[in-house]
Amino acid sequence: MKSFNFKSATNSKDAAKLATGRATYLAGGMTLLPAMKLRLAAYSDLINIKKIKGLSGIKVSSKSIRIGSTTTHAEVAASKEVGKSIPSLSMLAEGIGDPQVRNRGTIGGSIANNDPAADYPSACLALNATIHTNKRKILSDKFFTGMFETELKKGELIETIEFEVPEKSAYAKFPNPASRYALVGVYVAKLKKEVRVAVTGAGSSVFRSKELESVLSKNFSASAIENVNITSKGLNSDIHASPEYRAHIIKVMARKAVSSC
Amino acid sequence: MANLVGARLERKEDKKFLTGKGRYTADINLPNQSYAYFVRSPHARAKITKVDHSKAMKAPGVIDVFTGDSVALDKIGGLICGWKIVSHDGKDMKCPPHPVLAKDSVNFVGDHVAVVVAETLEQAKNAAELVNVSYKVQKAVTKTEDATSFETIHEGIDNNLSFDFLLGDKGKTDEAFSKADKIVKLDIINNRLIPNAMEPRAAIGDYNTSSDELTLYTASQNPHLDRLIMSAFNAVHPEHKFRIVSPDVGGGFGSKINVYAEDVVVSYASKKIGRPVKWVAERSESFMSDNHGRDHVTHAQLALKNDGKIIGMKVDTIANLGAYSLVLAAVTPTYLYAPLILGIYDIPAACCTVKGVYTNTAPTDAYRGAGRPEATYVIERIVTKAAKEIGMDQAEFRKKNFITKFPHQQCLVHNIDSGDYNAHLDKALELADYKNFENRRSQSAKKGKLRGIGFSTYFEACGVAPSAVVMSIGAGVGLWESAEVRFNPTGNVSVFTGTHSHGQSHDTTFAQIVGDKLGVAIENIDIVHGDTDKGPFGMGTYGSRSLAVGGTAIVNACDKIIAKGKKVAAKMLEGKPEDIDFKAGEFILKNSNKKKTIGEIAFACYLPGTFGDVKSPLPEGVEPGLIETSFFDPSNFSFPSGSHICEVEVDEETGETKLVKYTVVDDFGTVINPMIVEGQVYGGVAQGVGQALYENAHYDESGQLTSASYMDYTMPRADNFPQITIDYTCTPATSNPIGAKGCGEAGTIAAPAAVMNAVIDAVGSDISMPATSEKVWNALKKNGSKKAAA
Repeated sequence: MKSFNFKSATNSKDAAKLATGRATYLAGGMTLLPAMKLRLAAYSDLINIKKIKGLSGIKVSSKSIRIGSTTTHAEVAASKEVGKSIPSLSMLAEGIGDPQVRNRGTIGGSIANNDPAADYPSACLALNATIHTNKRKILSDKFFTGMFETELKKGELIETIEFEVPEKSAYAKFPNPASRYALVGVYVAKLKKEVRVAVTGAGSSVFRSKELESVLSKNFSASAIENVNITSKGLNSDIHASPEYRAHIIKVMARKAVSSC
Repeated sequence: MANLVGARLERKEDKKFLTGKGRYTADINLPNQSYAYFVRSPHARAKITKVDHSKAMKAPGVIDVFTGDSVALDKIGGLICGWKIVSHDGKDMKCPPHPVLAKDSVNFVGDHVAVVVAETLEQAKNAAELVNVSYKVQKAVTKTEDATSFETIHEGIDNNLSFDFLLGDKGKTDEAFSKADKIVKLDIINNRLIPNAMEPRAAIGDYNTSSDELTLYTASQNPHLDRLIMSAFNAVHPEHKFRIVSPDVGGGFGSKINVYAEDVVVSYASKKIGRPVKWVAERSESFMSDNHGRDHVTHAQLALKNDGKIIGMKVDTIANLGAYSLVLAAVTPTYLYAPLILGIYDIPAACCTVKGVYTNTAPTDAYRGAGRPEATYVIERIVTKAAKEIGMDQAEFRKKNFITKFPHQQCLVHNIDSGDYNAHLDKALELADYKNFENRRSQSAKKGKLRGIGFSTYFEACGVAPSAVVMSIGAGVGLWESAEVRFNPTGNVSVFTGTHSHGQSHDTTFAQIVGDKLGVAIENIDIVHGDTDKGPFGMGTYGSRSLAVGGTAIVNACDKIIAKGKKVAAKMLEGKPEDIDFKAGEFILKNSNKKKTIGEIAFACYLPGTFGDVKSPLPEGVEPGLIETSFFDPSNFSFPSGSHICEVEVDEETGETKLVKYTVVDDFGTVINPMIVEGQVYGGVAQGVGQALYENAHYDESGQLTSASYMDYTMPRADNFPQITIDYTCTPATSNPIGAKGCGEAGTIAAPAAVMNAVIDAVGSDISMPATSEKVWNALKKNGSKKAAA
């Protein structure tokens, strides 16, 4: 790891001021620090945002759940309110990494990084989330723009993620045997106005499956998926799985998710 | 005193390891220490046109930079192949030069090119980025089967062929095949693995400019052998001024047998700069530069009579040596492999050819089991296939062909002294509830799972090894073992062993043996290893040899202690040595109540003054002190064997395989501590299951290692395993007085075949290792599974 300046901010404004030049925000550091240790990334300044009051915590209403960006996966997994209102979201948080990662890693960090195999981006897309930053509101449909890329501008800080409370939802993950990230993860949600299906792990970035959304909108049942043809075009190919296998697993995981709704 | 041998004693070493008090090489920091960082090749194959380290030399904190030119100038020798074998045409195997820092070419990704030594590790790393190596990149070959048809990668080694080895009688085997009613054929790949010891390799060179002594701390399985090689071949430092310390070592699995470039370079660099030089591998360096294991492509054939009797076997293997030939690179796929292809079956005629080939991949060498897992995989897969093809129950087929009379001279090499193969198979069949398997298969089917069962009835050759035998077939050293038993004047005992414990629990097991033998409480016995300055020259730990060979040296040294003690006791008790009995720590004069404890005798040996009426307890000609040394050279290998029965469930939709039931019955001969042995079997099975279902070292077409981290290299994890059932049968080894056969590698040797036979049974067609979900899914689709296709 190359040396850097370590600074702590106590509010979002200060954080934004500090974030100039080759600086970046540090929350849980579960991706950032390994990347720096491997010298895949180097920064002049790390701005610790864990001390900013109000960035952490969970607020629940009948229509939505708002989760502060520095809230850890363990906190989301343990939250009774989340468990009651969107149980699939607790389950997703519970399945991220290992206890060490869940105790340090944060929701804001996960979506800002937008790893193609991360779990949270699929929850954002499926639950029609709104990403509140220090500058604006961004709809999840616009937020995830590509592999490790988001709509966030330089110095923009995620403050809260607001999820719509669905009628029913479930997340089914088929883990990569080595990393245990999602080889394929499918998040299915029946919202008040629409059905959304988000897929992670399979493509270069999280995406919504139009094929699955279309059939499930008409008939929200596992049997409705039987005849859907999931295209393997554009899906990831690596030493763990071909695009064809990933396409097949999307279907299997979608069935599993719908069945457990 | 209760018997220690056979007791489930808790491990003496656990306290330090479980409380974080282990002291590994990386934990050692020396005054005035500097840090080394290696510049490694990013290319699989390239010519080096220039190494420019001028910028790096000027970087902050840099003390020196060494390159291939530096080591050549100082006449530091290259890395060696320690056991050279001969091709069937009588020609010696071909070994390319293997400099400790590459000079003219690099031959795999991770090849060591230069080293930067700096005040801090960060400074060394920063400066390493400034070392400018000019490469002329060439096309690389990584696949085993492509090597002989690829252009020559090492000058003078045509077809990239190091050796073409033949074992067995080809004429006799052809004759047997001509009489066969049926010939069973099988093509198999033994996938390349990365050893993944929990502790990455580490080395600290510490040259003392005053005394001219060089100390190397290194994570090694065999510090004396390292010193011998580094002084005799690498010309690092003369042996008598050279000390190697291998303190706590966190797993070796064969990958810490070799003298590596880093060991030589930090020693050399320390001499050059007159300061300690420390290097600790990062995990990605371990993936790239530790020796890899396995990587065979094999065609096997079995000749059968109609009644199921095997009458002949032919095996043709290509073994990938990687870029260079390491210490045991050549013997592993030849003498440690070919004789073992016969398994525990009475096969009258066989021959085995092995082509050793060079490629642009990390060098391969011994990895837990070394040759024997590969051999077991061949025989246990083809025997299962044969039983299925002739429609015979696979247990019955095995029993029909088992060796039943001992000693048994196999048609290739080994003379098996003892065993009872029916006994462990019968016990395993019962423990695994084999007779109700079909019920379980139906139960699984109801849940939508395909259940399969697989056997592996294995044997291996351990207790390496009779020196005359191994030296006659190319070993550079004999494989005896040493021990020194040192009674201290206060009655406690220090035992020096030439073996090395890096997870094998020698501190406990050897103390149990000595405790029983000498009647000394176990807490008063210390097992000392891992330091060339402390005990006598020893050969180290590999090949499941420590107990059978090293343990015997300890037993023999204890016998010498008792013999001397009897002479001293006789003088003190006023009797004759032949009238002294030794039992449970006491020397007793026959037909009397006169006795002395061994502690009293030890005290008297060191302080031979006046003891009551006895002026000096030492008889004439007996020297003071109570220290005895023994070197034991075994008369034969030892032959553990056993039966593994594995059951898996395959998810028809996803192709995912889950291990659901695993039963092991081993014959390890005499077992000293069953709890420790079970730990070895658990770990061994886990590594074998890893090979079968998860692990794979993968190089892409250009020679990049695409499985170079835990993000992509799949290790088996605890949640992949059911509780394993372990039991024993016992036929003691006759080649050592303990009766021990060896247990450290058994699990890894047997498990891959047991698991794969189960997967293939479930799926109904052949699959290569590792049986990943996608491979299984593809096979299921091909076999017409509707669920897999849906």
